[in-house]
Amino acid sequence: MNVNVRQRGDVTILDLKGKITIGAGDIQLRNAVQEAMNSGTKKILIDMKDVSTIDSSGIGELVSAYTTATNRGVKLKLFCLPTKVTDILTITQLITVFDVYDNEEEAVNSF
Amino acid sequence: MPDEQRFHFAIGSRFENIELVQVVLKDCLQRLGMDDDTQHWVDVAVREALANAIKHGNEQNPSKQVHVDLAIEASELVIRIEDEGVGFDATGLGDPLAPENLLRPNGRGIFYMKKFMDEIDYGAGPGGGTMVTLRKRVSGPKTFRHDD
Repeated sequence: MNVNVRQRGDVTILDLKGKITIGAGDIQLRNAVQEAMNSGTKKILIDMKDVSTIDSSGIGELVSAYTTATNRGVKLKLFCLPTKVTDILTITQLITVFDVYDNEEEAVNSF
Repeated sequence: MPDEQRFHFAIGSRFENIELVQVVLKDCLQRLGMDDDTQHWVDVAVREALANAIKHGNEQNPSKQVHVDLAIEASELVIRIEDEGVGFDATGLGDPLAPENLLRPNGRGIFYMKKFMDEIDYGAGPGGGTMVTLRKRVSGPKTFRHDD
């Protein structure tokens, strides 16, 4: 998986591309979120548009990222979820846990 | 059963080897005429089973192997994945939908397997490790063989 990090004002946006699966994308996601939080940002958006596959480890990393961010006073939100990512979050009732937006503008303006 | 209807192979216990299985699996699922959505969810279920075998069964010991068997049996795709670990008791697993488990970072793999396959079973494999059997009904051509 590739992670591109960019800023829009005070919002840090992580563009994810590829698979978030065990042993690869899950660790990259963890590191990217950790680095963003270490940089001092209080607003993180994760762009899921180009995520092709996510497994339970990837879901676990998203949950960890969300809880860690919340505990540190950081808002972490998701946008542009592919249908299959929405499905897998819905099955485990996590879709109600995350703040999810249809597009980047909506997500940026939600803070 | 004709030989063409069964594949058996083994991989070392490294997560990157999951991708090797996925290549073979994808080819089989396409030959069976499964639609793209079904292929995706079977792919995810098999990923979960392989990840469990590598991580929990073989404890990522690269000298231990994960054995994968793909077969068509009575109009079902049957995938058996066996590790070389000490066995596993699936009865003590928590419900990932329980409020106290909802924000746990783990414990969803078997739940996803059950959701995406028609049937899954855990048991002891012939080698003494854990064997998970995943079954999916096939509605398309019931052969791995190419028609062309």
